[in-house]
Amino acid sequence: MKLQAGLLALALAGSLVACGDSGGGAGDADAAASARGPINIWYSNNAEEVAWGKQMVAAWNAAHPDQKVTAQEIPTGKSSEEVIGAAITAGNAPCLIFNTSPASVSQFQKQGGLVPLDSFSDGTSYIEERSGDVAKQYKSSDGKYYQLPWKSNPVMIFYNKKAFAKAGIDTTKPPLATYDEFLAASRKIVASKAAKFAIYPAPSNEFFQSWFDFYPLFAAETGGKQLVADGKAQFNSDEGKKVATFWRTMYADKLASQEKYTGDAFVDGTAAMAAVGPWAIATYKGKVDWGVVPVPTSAGKPADEIHTFSDAKNVAMYSACKNRGTAWDVLKFATSKEQDGKFLAASGQMPLRKDVTAAYPDYFAKNPDYKVFADQAARTVEVPNVANSITIWQTFRDAYSKSVIFGQEDPGTALDGAAQKVDQLAKQS
Amino acid sequence: MRRGLLGRVLGEHPVGAVFVTPYVVFLAAVFAYPLGFAVYMSFHDYFFTAPGAIVERPFVGFDNYVTVLSDPAVRRAFWNVLVFLVINVPLTVVLALGLANALNAAIRWRTFFRVSYYVPYVTASVAVVGVWLFLFNSNGLVNSVLGPLAPDPSWLVNSKLAMPTVAIYVTWKQLGFFILLYLAALQNVSKDLYEAAAMDGADKWKSFWNVTVPGVRPATTLVVLLATVTGANLFTEPYLLTGGGGPDGASASPVLVMYQKGIEQGNPDIGSAIGVLLVIAVLALALIERRFVGREES
Repeated sequence: MKLQAGLLALALAGSLVACGDSGGGAGDADAAASARGPINIWYSNNAEEVAWGKQMVAAWNAAHPDQKVTAQEIPTGKSSEEVIGAAITAGNAPCLIFNTSPASVSQFQKQGGLVPLDSFSDGTSYIEERSGDVAKQYKSSDGKYYQLPWKSNPVMIFYNKKAFAKAGIDTTKPPLATYDEFLAASRKIVASKAAKFAIYPAPSNEFFQSWFDFYPLFAAETGGKQLVADGKAQFNSDEGKKVATFWRTMYADKLASQEKYTGDAFVDGTAAMAAVGPWAIATYKGKVDWGVVPVPTSAGKPADEIHTFSDAKNVAMYSACKNRGTAWDVLKFATSKEQDGKFLAASGQMPLRKDVTAAYPDYFAKNPDYKVFADQAARTVEVPNVANSITIWQTFRDAYSKSVIFGQEDPGTALDGAAQKVDQLAKQS
Repeated sequence: MRRGLLGRVLGEHPVGAVFVTPYVVFLAAVFAYPLGFAVYMSFHDYFFTAPGAIVERPFVGFDNYVTVLSDPAVRRAFWNVLVFLVINVPLTVVLALGLANALNAAIRWRTFFRVSYYVPYVTASVAVVGVWLFLFNSNGLVNSVLGPLAPDPSWLVNSKLAMPTVAIYVTWKQLGFFILLYLAALQNVSKDLYEAAAMDGADKWKSFWNVTVPGVRPATTLVVLLATVTGANLFTEPYLLTGGGGPDGASASPVLVMYQKGIEQGNPDIGSAIGVLLVIAVLALALIERRFVGREES
């Protein structure tokens, strides 16, 4: 990207806002909330979700010919969030996006791009009855729901049974519960050359990379705390520093790599473990004989007490939507028990609804590999829904990268420094 | 003879204005207006909103500039790009001129070499970056050749070597274009001058230094300016090659930081301030370069 292009992007987006300032307004919102008619939706571009999305839309359209839904994959860009942000600014966002990142909700909300779902008479009750207590993590700082918790991919540790066998590690109940056990197993893997690295979290500096190295272990170690709570950083606690020290050892001992990897290190056999959610199972099929365990904790908590990062994607309604009555009905239809079941069957990702295993017993009887993820889905931690969310994550990542991955500063000192900055950012809420 | 205001504006050939109008409109739409709007944003508390959203965007004076200049990540990015330019621009000039001179001679496989140097320029960075990752990672081809001399940490994760490696990568990638510029310029250097130099007893090196180098000076000015401008706009390489400006911001560029803060983090006012500072810095650098490299032109 050239500077001119960057300035052009910034300026054009800004000028679109300037042009649009006089249009619309809250006065139209009430009418829109009950308006019905055709709507547009976007969904993710992975094959499983596209297949589910197509059948969902076809089912809706067959029953509601006067309220036709037109669906498409999210247009390509550097990230979905960037595309959505631009669409909000341009005023051409669709009614619903079935791939809204919780980390971006506060920014979209600030932009005036989201419809609070509480504005529908059954909005709050529908969300809380469907998702249970976990729903509260998705409330914004003003107490409203600007997103419907849709599906999660609880992050767990996948391991390659073949590599573990070569390293002389038990493949049915591998000792990976404590940090000491995890480090010992990692050393065996590397020493035996079963794999070049024990695990290969992306060492790059994008703000979201900490969701797949530090954050799952932090959620587990703290019993379910978020990165920021009550306007204060939590990651520089003793538990946070233990997690940072653990990962520092992994990098210092070359059990994890500092270098960017093009491809999937777990599939390629370069790493014997991966921290990822059940969405990845489809990509491992026929390539890796895998097992899965919860993320480690310093003291080795029992599996049924371990929390992890949810890696959820939600559904939000966007303020450019004219026929919000239809959009709300479609949202409920797409997240009904029947459609959630079809989504689970198509993608293996966990609908964010209460007691998934009890809701779909047949699926889990046929697919026992997925049951462990359903159990874990009950104990997931979301990114904090606070203002400056992305800036907070980037601030954390910068400190983590410098100290933990590249060892240029003591991790504890780096986290303390980042916590001061994050406290300031969180206060701006 | 006195001319009217319209006449003075349109010049002696008013029809020329018709021909330049489309380009003037284009420049105004895609360059002048965005630049002006970026300056406006940089002096306001500005963020993007949905049409119809009513928000305050107060004038904040130089606050965004103070924020930017007091941010160590931004200062580091400007330092990084200076390091990049110090390596990239001279290397580009020397290699492009040397290779163009060689390719201008009657050597075998000349067309093949010309195409070979041009291929990286027309190949998408995304594709080429994969090859460079393979070459420069710790188990890559370069370290295998170097053996015990290989740096640890390896090139792209070494805070001292990451930016020089990026600079060398970009030099290689852009070289074909600059070789073409020099090849075109070499056609304009009179053969009589070479013959005169030969009669005066100049060898090949003296002939190159005293005839070729001065003969292509206008092209050198252009190459230096273009290499500086494109180098200052560095984004793709730190974004893809070093995983977001790593390690620890050692290869972050101002445009990368501008993207992170302006687009990813939703602070276009901060992003714009970085952009405006970069424009000023590039203009200043270009003026200095023109003063020294292009002095004999004027």
